[in-house]
Amino acid sequence: MKITQKELQHVAHLARLTLSDEELVAMRGQLDNILSYIDKLGELDTSGIKPTTHVFSVNNAFREDKVTESLPRDKSLANAPQHNGESFQVPKII
Amino acid sequence: MKPYELTIAQAMEKMATGELTAVELTESCLGRIEEVDKKLRAFIRIDSEGALNQALRADKKRSEGRGGSLCGIPLSVKDLLCTKNLKTTCGSKVLENYIPPYDATVVEKIKKEDGVILGKVAMDEFAMGSTSETCVFGIPQNPYRKGHIAGGSSGGSAVSVASLECLGSLGSDTGGSVRQPASLCGVVGMKPTYGRVSRYGLTAFASSLDQVGPLSRDVTDCAILMNVVSGYDGKDSTSVQKSTPDFTLSLKKGLDGIRVGIPDEYFDRGLDQEVEQVVQNGIEVLREGGAEIVTISLPHTEYCVAVYYIIASSEASSNLARYDGALYGYRDLQADSLIDMYKQTRSKGFGAEVKRRILIGTYALSSGYYDAYYKKASQVRTLILGDYKEAFEKCDILVSPVTPTPAWRIGEKSADPLAMYLSDILTISANLAGIPGMSVPGGFTRDGLPVGIQLQGNHFREEKLIQTAFHLEQEINLGKVELDI
Repeated sequence: MKITQKELQHVAHLARLTLSDEELVAMRGQLDNILSYIDKLGELDTSGIKPTTHVFSVNNAFREDKVTESLPRDKSLANAPQHNGESFQVPKII
Repeated sequence: MKPYELTIAQAMEKMATGELTAVELTESCLGRIEEVDKKLRAFIRIDSEGALNQALRADKKRSEGRGGSLCGIPLSVKDLLCTKNLKTTCGSKVLENYIPPYDATVVEKIKKEDGVILGKVAMDEFAMGSTSETCVFGIPQNPYRKGHIAGGSSGGSAVSVASLECLGSLGSDTGGSVRQPASLCGVVGMKPTYGRVSRYGLTAFASSLDQVGPLSRDVTDCAILMNVVSGYDGKDSTSVQKSTPDFTLSLKKGLDGIRVGIPDEYFDRGLDQEVEQVVQNGIEVLREGGAEIVTISLPHTEYCVAVYYIIASSEASSNLARYDGALYGYRDLQADSLIDMYKQTRSKGFGAEVKRRILIGTYALSSGYYDAYYKKASQVRTLILGDYKEAFEKCDILVSPVTPTPAWRIGEKSADPLAMYLSDILTISANLAGIPGMSVPGGFTRDGLPVGIQLQGNHFREEKLIQTAFHLEQEINLGKVELDI
């Protein structure tokens, strides 16, 4: 297999996902399949070829530094899973 | 003829002469939805009240001579485009209760032209899929055959248009998600050039590939919708400063001087015979219409699926990091530490396909694998762009199938993600290269399943696609195939 169980668990941790034992087995098989297929790219010699991350060359898109209306607090908080009317609430960090 | 059967152009005409009102048209569509959508499941959310209010306003504006170019036209919107005060879920549990405080730019444009938004339509979770089966709020059905897929990820958009529930729809296309369901449901679908249409308010999947596009009953309506949604937007940093032509002017231009390229690699083994026949027939129609036909090679086609699944998944793994339960969306309230909140929220909130792609992307970007996967894929992307560059020196548009097969049965490929990914082989390259692509109905299989013809053009040459598609639409006799509703 191209990816060990330990590696998959590490990647899942990086992605902040927890996989059940069942998911771990199924996912590992599927990922192995997909990564083996992707190996196809190894057939191509790409030395010296510039990578394309964006089709058109993108420069910083600046706008005028002008104050515009922003979302009022109550609307910003409206979709929060937990809030106290002033700020977003999350479990204790420190 | 019932009002919901009209095209956008026809309805605009009838409303202009006073033969029909926006309220009557909207009620007609809502009635049609009521009649057929329990079976078809195109809509996740119907906003009857909002729609009727918009229709009333449209009628008033028309009577005052101030109606916009979509005044009173009922449309559906894929559930990943933000609609102010109307839930936008991306087909996912993570956003089950998310109510956007703003409109996507394309939605704003529809509203500005007095279009009527009937509701939000089904899609694969976060647009990751080719069948709409990963939508957690119900799977849309192909209106031409019960138990068959609508295609995806804009499956709900295609079904709502094909089944006459609305007159047009907005979808999004990251690897074929407008063109493929359009093809499988027998409607017209356009993926514009990357940067032509604003992505502001379009929930990000793979930002260098995503593009909003219209689905419609015919090519004229596609041109009308393209006129509305196109244009530079300062809120999208990758929006391109390019003026929008009047796409309806391209409709009746004929084929004079058009050079049509046939990409050899798209007719490879694995292509369904009936699909091939439909496309060959389309090519004949173009030849008879005066187009010059040339054979073209896109030699890196066989690598596009591998490139796509690295790049799209990598971008997705980064874009979907925002669903952490902190600011909006689903949160697992049992978690007692921050990291646990992240992990439990994401593990319980995302479906299997989304997790799979996040894992592939995270792996491809992780230390030690970056060069072998992400960098390599980005280099091959350069080669794919080069293929097109060369091809468009010899022709104006490329004509090919949209998908290797017609619609398959729901469930048939769900257990094999790789087989599913490979079904996208003919649509993915356009996204990698940022070029426009279109699907136009070409015919039906003996079993009555729709088959589309794909047109691809060079950057910002949508006009050529519309011009050619219109000719195909006029000259191909689709025959009369009834919906299976």
